[in-house]
Amino acid sequence: MSYTTQTQTSLQAAGESAGNEFLAFTLGKEEYGIDILRVQEIRGYEPVTRIANSPDFIKGVVNLRGIIVPVVDMRIKFNLGTPTYDQFTVVIILNIAGRVMGMVVDSVSDVTTLSPEQVKPAPEMGTTFDSDYLIGLGTLNERMLILVDIDKLMSSAEMGLIEKIAA
Amino acid sequence: MTIDMSQFYQVFFDEADELLAEMEKLLLALDVSAPDSEDLNAIFRAAHSIKGGAATFAFTDITEVTHMLESLLDRIRKGEMALTPEHVDVFLVAKDVLTMQMDGHHHGSSVDQEAVDSVCQRLKALSQGITANVPAAAPGTTPDAAAPEPVVPMAAPVADADGNYHFRIELPEVPQKDVDALAAELGLLGSINQETLADKRAVFTLVTSEGQDSIVAICSFVLDPDDLRITHGDAPVIPQASTPAGAAAQPPADDPGYGIFEPEKTGTASPAAPAAAAPNADQAPASAPAGEAKNWGRRATDKEGASQESSSIRVGVEKVDQLINLVGELVITQAMIEQRINALDPIAHERLLNSASQLARNTRDLQEAVMSIRMMPMDYVFSRFPRMVRDLAAKLGKKVEFVTRGAATELDKGLIERIVDPLTHLVRNSVDHGIEMPEMRRAKNKDEAGKLTLSAAHQGGNIVIEVSDDGGGLNRDRILAKAKQQGLSVSDTMPDADVWQLIFAPGFSTAEVVTDVSGRGVGMDVVKRNITAMGGTVEIRSVPGSGTTIAISLPLTLAILDGMSVKVGEEVYILPLGYVIESLQPAAADVKEIAGQGQVVKIREEYLPLIPLYQIFAIEPNFTDPSQGIVVILEADGKKAALLVDGLVGQQQVVVKNLESNFRKVAGISGATILGDGGVSLILDVSALLRSSRQLNADPVFF
Repeated sequence: MSYTTQTQTSLQAAGESAGNEFLAFTLGKEEYGIDILRVQEIRGYEPVTRIANSPDFIKGVVNLRGIIVPVVDMRIKFNLGTPTYDQFTVVIILNIAGRVMGMVVDSVSDVTTLSPEQVKPAPEMGTTFDSDYLIGLGTLNERMLILVDIDKLMSSAEMGLIEKIAA
Repeated sequence: MTIDMSQFYQVFFDEADELLAEMEKLLLALDVSAPDSEDLNAIFRAAHSIKGGAATFAFTDITEVTHMLESLLDRIRKGEMALTPEHVDVFLVAKDVLTMQMDGHHHGSSVDQEAVDSVCQRLKALSQGITANVPAAAPGTTPDAAAPEPVVPMAAPVADADGNYHFRIELPEVPQKDVDALAAELGLLGSINQETLADKRAVFTLVTSEGQDSIVAICSFVLDPDDLRITHGDAPVIPQASTPAGAAAQPPADDPGYGIFEPEKTGTASPAAPAAAAPNADQAPASAPAGEAKNWGRRATDKEGASQESSSIRVGVEKVDQLINLVGELVITQAMIEQRINALDPIAHERLLNSASQLARNTRDLQEAVMSIRMMPMDYVFSRFPRMVRDLAAKLGKKVEFVTRGAATELDKGLIERIVDPLTHLVRNSVDHGIEMPEMRRAKNKDEAGKLTLSAAHQGGNIVIEVSDDGGGLNRDRILAKAKQQGLSVSDTMPDADVWQLIFAPGFSTAEVVTDVSGRGVGMDVVKRNITAMGGTVEIRSVPGSGTTIAISLPLTLAILDGMSVKVGEEVYILPLGYVIESLQPAAADVKEIAGQGQVVKIREEYLPLIPLYQIFAIEPNFTDPSQGIVVILEADGKKAALLVDGLVGQQQVVVKNLESNFRKVAGISGATILGDGGVSLILDVSALLRSSRQLNADPVFF
């Protein structure tokens, strides 16, 4: 465990100097980016098993090759777009601090490399996300990616995915 | 570049834990009157390895204790000192202290410094006390001719005014370059002089503030410390007076630390100093045979130990669990292939079918092999009891013979860890309440030493662990009287088995005296609860006057559970079968409303609280009327309740998956499982459901 974390931090440190790779996805009309190193895989949406008495953005749990994985729907959490589930609905499987979790988004576009100069500090307003969870805004030609600190967001008490904070 | 040592800590702690456990086991098995030299060597090696590891990680407190332990052990294994029960006691205490220190470093738990100091004192006292005992055991020397140890770690060296010690170090025959290297190294400790003896061996005289151990430590890089002869004194050394090393007899007994002026007395070497004799066998023939034999024996076992170590590897539990998960997936995939293939024409696809059945066989074998990795022998649990029983018996003044059977029986690692506490409790109880005092046993015509047996065996898909004693047995009348006093519903005609189960009621104890060992009545209910939580059962057999047996029956693995699937609305939940008593559809007349308390169901003349699952989990049910759905009668922690569901789906064995590894704990849910179609189903936490049923109406939200 500690070893993995170390590697991740060192990779992150190395990546920051040479430019980070981000996975771009959309929620409603906004385009977001998360650190590609946290992404384990991308899957289609499968029916979930609902967990009683949990917030509605926690869709439930699915079986991911023998592991029970919780799935959250970001569209419900942040009131973006309409939560429809069809063959185009995408689940990004994240691996954060050794925990695996799924995140439902509208669509995934591509992986882009952003150099530190392309990342601008986030303004205090203008996005649905609390600026605590933002790394900054990435500019790429005409596109603008809202870069989310997915580690912080997913382990936050607000999401209630991790025991110690939830309890 | 600095290396982050912390990543190796875990390895050290794991290894040290194992070594300490091994050490304890060996100490307990040790026959004090005739200790097996191999065992002594193994204990010594364990202490030595821990010391080495601790020194690497700069855990100086551990190093200190192990060092003292090691030097004392070293003298015992060399036969310089006779082993006494007192030694064993101190070693065991030292082991406990080490465990505590280890926990202190590992988990940051507090360390009782007084205990550490006290054990250091005792170790020190023992190693010093020996100079007085050894001469008596040395035949062939005159009473006043004390035989000084060739290595006297603790024999109070005399420091000079500056706090420096004068050491004289005689080396065995080694190449000149090694002598030079040693001289340079030792020179760092203080001022050094080098001389050469007539027989070409080198002798250093060293003035240093360091202890003798530092010298030994430095020399051991080049040569076997056993071959080293270190003496100390407060006067400048006169090298001409020195003698060959083996002839160790020293007349002035009033000056024990003064081992320099040794007159040449051939053939009077004491057998108490064999280690020193061995390397110089040609010069001291009389002492050679015994010493040499011992030394060879030790080296041989060292080698044996090394070859055993490579027969197992240490693997993280996550890796094993991952393997089990992957194999589980493989089994599901294989089942899917089999299903598809069965639809094919068997004649046209004969070869495909053959390959598929081979795949099925291989998959099954693989699954079995992988599951067996998680299995551990019961010895892992049993091995901690001899010590406990021994201490406990000594404390209570009882005599107990402890026997274990079936220590090789294998059980899932998860269960092994959880069975320790309940078993500890039962064993304590047996020693404290079960086995009588020696006088009483004599009066009853029994052997003075009570017999406590711990056994494990496979029975079908279960493992049965029994704690049995040949003590007084349970007292039926007293249990019944106590039960009545506590207001439990009992009758004098109850069958024995039911009476015995009463002792699992919370707060129940029939012990006349509350000791610090047991008797407070907390515990048996916890034992029962823990075992039920593991999906097991407890059964008591007792015969007055001839003993009690408590049998724990556990499923072989935690990973598989017998479950009953129930349906509410569109959702399927699993109920662990162990909690289910029966299921039925109540008549509308049997369901009664209690104002503000919800509903109760009358079943077999008993009113049970009704727990509507749809209400707890906020599900849209098919039926809200109990007389249309099904109620499942559940029992947990001695309480019964009726769970209302829409219907029963079936009964099946399910593989239990942890929900918390990627999510958090969910109230009312104990885990999850994967159904045949790949979907997930949640396993209900029955005890939590029953507990919550009482506050259900006051607080309709489950949290």
